[in-house]
Order: sequence, then C-alpha cells, then structure tokens
Amino acid sequence: MKLIFFTCQNSPFRGLGGRDTINNMEKVIVAESLTKRFGHFTAVDHISFEVEKGEIFGFLGANGAGKTTAMRMLCGLSKQTSGKGVVAGFDIASQPELVKRNIGYMSQKFSLYGDLKVWENIELFGGIYGMTDEQIKLKTDELMIKLNFEEERNKLVSSLPLGFKQKLAFSVAIFHNPRVVFLDEPTGGVDPITRRKFWELIYDATAHGITVFVTTHYMDEAEYCDRVSIMVDGRIEALDSPANLKKQYQAKNMDEVFQQLARKAKRVDS
Amino acid sequence: MKQLLSFIRKEFHHILRDRTTMMILILMPIIQIILFGFALTTEVKNTKVAVLATTDDEVTNRIIEKINSSSYFDVVANIHSNDEIQAIFRDAKAKLVIVFEDHFSENLRHNGKAHIQLIADATDPNAATSFTFYVSNIIASYQQELMGTTKNPYQITPEVKMLYNPQMVGAFNFVPGVLGMIMLLICAMMTSIAIVREKEMGTMEILLVSPMKPIYTILSKITPYFVLSAFNFATIMLLSVFVLKVPVAGSFLSLVFVSLLYIFVSLALGLLISTLTSSQLAAMLISGMGLMIPVMLLSGMIFPIENMPVILQWISDIVPARWYISAVKTIMIQGLGISSVLKEVAVLSFMSIVLVTVSLKKFKVRLE
Ligand SMILES: Nc1ncnc2c1ncn2[C@@H]1O[C@H](COP(=O)(O)OP(=O)(O)OP(=O)(O)O)[C@@H](O)[C@H]1O
Ligand SMILES: [Mg+2]
Repeated sequence: MKLIFFTCQNSPFRGLGGRDTINNMEKVIVAESLTKRFGHFTAVDHISFEVEKGEIFGFLGANGAGKTTAMRMLCGLSKQTSGKGVVAGFDIASQPELVKRNIGYMSQKFSLYGDLKVWENIELFGGIYGMTDEQIKLKTDELMIKLNFEEERNKLVSSLPLGFKQKLAFSVAIFHNPRVVFLDEPTGGVDPITRRKFWELIYDATAHGITVFVTTHYMDEAEYCDRVSIMVDGRIEALDSPANLKKQYQAKNMDEVFQQLARKAKRVDS
Repeated sequence: MKQLLSFIRKEFHHILRDRTTMMILILMPIIQIILFGFALTTEVKNTKVAVLATTDDEVTNRIIEKINSSSYFDVVANIHSNDEIQAIFRDAKAKLVIVFEDHFSENLRHNGKAHIQLIADATDPNAATSFTFYVSNIIASYQQELMGTTKNPYQITPEVKMLYNPQMVGAFNFVPGVLGMIMLLICAMMTSIAIVREKEMGTMEILLVSPMKPIYTILSKITPYFVLSAFNFATIMLLSVFVLKVPVAGSFLSLVFVSLLYIFVSLALGLLISTLTSSQLAAMLISGMGLMIPVMLLSGMIFPIENMPVILQWISDIVPARWYISAVKTIMIQGLGISSVLKEVAVLSFMSIVLVTVSLKKFKVRLE
C-alpha cells in the first residue's frame, strides 16, 4: 500500500492529451448558465461547462475575472443568482449538504490552523468528515511517508515553509477521498520547482479517481491540465485542451493564448 | 459527536497555545479583585472614630480601648449628645460614631443584652461597609471574652446605620460588578473574536464547505469560553469570600444558577457580534464600545441607576449586566434567595432566548 504513488503514473506530465482515451463520460461537475451578481455587478456571467471524472480542469482568468466566485458557488459557499450547477451528482442549490460531503476545497488563502500541529490539523479535518480514529491514524502515517513529512508531523503548521503548507493543505483537502477537489490558486507565491512537486500530488490524486478543478495564474501549470477554460470578465471565452487552444490561437504556448484573450478584458481589478 | 469532540479539542488548543491571552483572561479577575482588596485595606486603616457614651463604666471603656488599640481605628473624640453627631460628620472629624445606648453596662449585666449603634459616614460605601464590619468583629470578640469569664450569656447587638447613602449604593458593588464584567468580556468578546478570527484567517471557508454542522461550530466555539468563565466565577468567589470577606450571604446555588444564565446571555451576545462583523478589530470595537462601556456606566456597577436621568435608566434596562449585577447583589449581599430575583431571572431568560434565536438565524451557512 506504500509508495506506489510515484510509480503508478508514467510521469507528472502525462496530462498532454492522455485523457482522450477515457470515454465513460461520467460528469462530475456540470454548470449551466451559472451566474452571480453582487448588486448590479455581474461577477460570473452565464458560464456553462462540464468536467468529467478524473479530469484535471484548469480554470484560468485574470485577477477579478470571477474564478473564485464561480468556485464558491460550485462548493455551496455562495448561492448562484441564476443558472444551475451539479457537483458529484448533487444540485448545488438544493442539496448543498450532499455536495459538501463529496468535495474537497483548498481556498485561495492558506487555511489550515497555524497554531495546530501537522497531525492535529489532519486529525481535525478527518474528524469533521466523519472518519474513524483508525482510518485517520492509518492514513496519516501513509501521508507522512508519502510527503516525506515524518519530521514535521509534530511541528506547528505556522512554522512550515509555504511550499510545505500548500502540500499539506492539498493533502488535507483530499484526505477524506472526495469525488472532486477544488483548488483555488493552490501554488501562489512559490517557485516553479516547488510547483512541480505540488503537481505530482495532483496527478497522484487523479490516479485515484479524484477529479481536480484548479484555478491558476501560472501558464506553465495550465499546460499540465487536461482541459482549460479561460475566463474574461465573468464569461468563459475559451475552453479546450491546451494543445487545441494553442492550435486555435496559433500560439507557441498557453501564455500567448491567455494574452490574446485577456486583452479583451474591460474589468479592472486590483 | 466525533465531529464535535475533535472540534472542541481544537478550540482548547487555540486558547491554551495563546499563552498571553489566556494569562490575561485568568489573571484579570484576580488582579481586579486584589487591587480592590488593597484599596479597601488602606481605606480602613486609622479610621477616625467618635464615641458617644452616657456613662463611664468598665465595660464601655474596655470596648473603646479595644477599638482604639486596633490599627484600623483612632478614637478622636468623645461626645455627649446625639445633636453633636451631625457636626462630627459635617466637619469630617470622624467617619464613624459609636453610640452606646443609655445604661449600656447595666443592661448587659442585668438582662444579658445591650445595644451599640454604629453610625457610619457612607459617602464611601465600600469603606463604610468594611469598617463597620471590623467594629462589629471587635465587639463580638469582646463578647466572647466576657462569656469566657462568667457563665452568663451576654449579647451585645451592634446596629449599623449608614448616613448619607442609606441604601449603600455601591457597597460591595465591586464583586458583583467584576463578575458582571468578566463574564461578559470572556463570553461575548472572546467568543466573537474567536469566531471572527476564523473568518479573517479564511478557515471559516473551509469549515463552511465541510459537512460540519454550523451548530457544532458554534457549540465548540463557546464551550471553552464557558469553561473559562466558570473557572473565573470560581476564582472571583474564592477571592471574594476569603480575601475581601464579602461572603455569599444568600443561597450559593441560586448565585450559580443566575451566573450560568448570565454566561449564556453573554455567549449569545458574542455570537450575535460575530455574525455582524468580519474582522477581529471590528469585533473588539463592538464588544468594547457596545458592551464594556454600557456595562461600566449603565449597569449600576459604578453609578447608581436610581440617580441616572430617566432616558439612561431606560437604556440600562437592555444592558444584561444591569440585571445580573442586581441579582448578584440581592443574593450575595442582601442574602436573599432565588424568589427575590425572579424579575432578573425572567429578563435574562428573555434576553437569552431573543439573542440565541437572532444569532442562530444570522449565523451564515454560506459566505455571500
Ligand atoms: N462579496 C462580493 N461582493 C461584491 N463584489 C464581489 C464579491 N466577491 C467578489 N466580488 C467581485 O467580483 C469580481 C470577481 O472576483 P473573484 O474573487 O471571483 O475574482 P478571481 O477571478 O478569483 O480573482 P483573483 O485572481 O484575484 O483571485 C471582482 O471584481 C470582485 O471585486
Ligand atoms: Mg480568486
């Protein structure tokens, strides 16, 4: 049961097109004209998309494009103004409790408890998701080995470097084996090597059947996704695999694609 | 249940690991009470006493001598009629006049009973309460002495009369006041800050996307502060009884009951504040301005409510501490039971129901 994780996937960069072979088409996230208004301001404007089981779905957009707002609606944190959303088979408006039980969430702000130790954070969230003590203990041991965290186990989370914290937050978000995990800029503020390590964890999670919905500002990360959507001013302007997008926009890389689309943005956000 | 327990444990970790705050919370009541106790002893030292005795006999002299030799008192004047008492107080010659009834020693010898009147200047009611208490003690110990020498049952009854402030407004207000304040501070202020901190840190978001029931979140937030308040209640009681010598004259159980009710009201207030704010600073300001100041000024802790303008009296009606402090005074100082504070209990219960209902309704399950 140990350490098969790193070997079970051919490489962390398997994402480029490898997903096309899966055809069971189980929809884990469905958004239909999902809209959120704050007063007269439309933060998310009729977005529609579907995400399949095991997919890594990248959700790109400039600052203020509405990524976090869209994600919050899908997680049941915020109620949509109109439109429909189904996550893990449950309606986000009418069955938020069932949605919550089947998802994991890593927010844009780092959000574990800094004054709790590493294992205490894990135990807490395991407990919140109704796992038994044995399950928690077993999985914690496994996780500590996998993350090479045995020495940090007893340290306060606030004392860890940012890269460690992010890995831990992700591991906690998927600790209860959710069907889908929502990651809001999970790797903000760390260097490319640390980001790559983080993405190894993401691939590992998809290998275990967890669907990943991730927002990012880093275009290198966009390349790792199976499909990406690019949001401009609350609307989805493009949605396809990175390879197809590059072809369509005749771009060398995702950064060029993004620049072409983002130029259209009218919204100015700090 | 497991959810709740892991969460309560977490809350205790937060508090226990924040040493500074915890020390403040635990030491604050102790410091307040001790400061008061200190102020009280300096107040009483060398209190000037005048004596009114119509006869010059051995018993009277013995008592006067005992009082004079105590470090608390200096007998500075002997007066000979009731008319002089006013003048003594007016000219601030003495703070206390001890009046031996006519035929004091005769009454004691023949009937085994005699009366002494202690007339105190109660403009400083705390001091007045303590020095009359000390004089009564000195008299009681003399009575013991007398009974030791003869077999006769002697009874000297000191009768205390407070001038200028007959209802003793403010007397021993301090202990009820500190109680009313500390509980509110810990329950309302600390609970609201603890909840708002999670909003500020972003952890509230994680809790809201989890299947954690909001009621569990609330329960686990308030449990540690409930425990802390109960602990503080116990400390204040012990200090009050053993250091300040303010005993619980009435039923202790009633006092505990009223206190628990008050803690509940305070917790509900804290919840309400937490639903209204999203930063710790705002929570602190609201509890500071919105709770502390009314408690200090309008609860009767410092300024007697009877002397306030009518409008302030009305406002004071909605300050929970006002009702709690009044109930504690009734039970602790006047020595009455729960049946005498039914009104206070009813008001506090009503407040807690309203507050809990409103704050539970307002506690957001979603962010928005
Ligand atoms: N509660 C709110 N009330 C009013 N406006 C809001 C609220 N939340 C978000 N907005 C606005 O909605 C827009 C989209 O915000 P959102 O946080 O979803 O952007 P984002 O794409 O996640 O940006 P970033 O990359 O900076 O995280 C912004 O203009 C923001 O100011
Ligand atoms: Mg965002």
